[in-house]
Amino acid sequence: MKHLEDIRVGEKVALGVHTFTAEEIKSFAARYDPQPFHLDETAAARSHFGALVASGWHTGSTCIRFIVQHRLREEEAMRSRGEPVGRTGPSPGFRDLKWLKPVYAGDTITYASEIIETREVNSRPDKGLVFALNTGTNQAGELVFSFVSAIFVDRRPA
Amino acid sequence: MSILYWEDFIVGSVAEFGPRRVTREEIIAFAAEFDPQPMHMDEDVARGTMLGGLAASGWHTCSIGMRMIVDGFMGCSASIGSPGVDEVRWLKPVRPDDVLTLRRTVLEARPLNSRPEWGLVRFRFELVNQTGETVMIQENVNLFGRRPAAVASGGTRPPGAA
Repeated sequence: MKHLEDIRVGEKVALGVHTFTAEEIKSFAARYDPQPFHLDETAAARSHFGALVASGWHTGSTCIRFIVQHRLREEEAMRSRGEPVGRTGPSPGFRDLKWLKPVYAGDTITYASEIIETREVNSRPDKGLVFALNTGTNQAGELVFSFVSAIFVDRRPA
Repeated sequence: MSILYWEDFIVGSVAEFGPRRVTREEIIAFAAEFDPQPMHMDEDVARGTMLGGLAASGWHTCSIGMRMIVDGFMGCSASIGSPGVDEVRWLKPVRPDDVLTLRRTVLEARPLNSRPEWGLVRFRFELVNQTGETVMIQENVNLFGRRPAAVASGGTRPPGAA
């Protein structure tokens, strides 16, 4: 990733688009969130959701995959231009995660990310923290998912 | 099997679930699928990072926590799902062969005005490793169906539910 000093609040990126299939919804749920409305079409049809829905952790983990893939591509491009690449991660956590609408089997979610804050880290003069608002929007244009991520990044060497 | 309803979550109550052992294979498999950063997949690279060695993706830790929540109590509840998570803090790395326990504290329980047949519960979930270190703290909200009899009788609140 870029160094803290080179990251600008307001920078936005389109991360990618993913269609959630029934198979992968059930596969994730069987491993990590085996509630009936994530596992079984018939049970989901009887639930208040009315049809199979993705686990919220599946929606979020898919967003993380796009964030990481975007960063790896960006770092590759920086290296190919001969620019110094700062180390990124880990993350101390996140906040304000909202599952605003169900993600149904067959829904296509468009993920995006915007930098909302950068700050220095008092205890680690070589590190900074970058906060981003990450969102998922379905094919009807409805915001279905958002959260504020935090990640450690290197500061530019003096 | 008795089903847990909103009325069964008493504010201030603490319960523990698990344990669950985390394997190196699942750490690497989750990372390969959802968080393909070398620090979650490659021991040598991980040693040179702030994590100091191979550690699970934080989203894997959350997903493991969710599985422990479902296996521990939510799977036999009238869960309606969750509108979100207020905050997650990853305090310590989760390493291969760590054995995690889930501690659940009920922070708040209130009926939903908009849906009288549902109630809201705010939880604090902590994952604690085999040496007693808290590796993750999470605060989130889940909705549960109310006990059918309670709804029918006008929905008085149980003793102890603040």
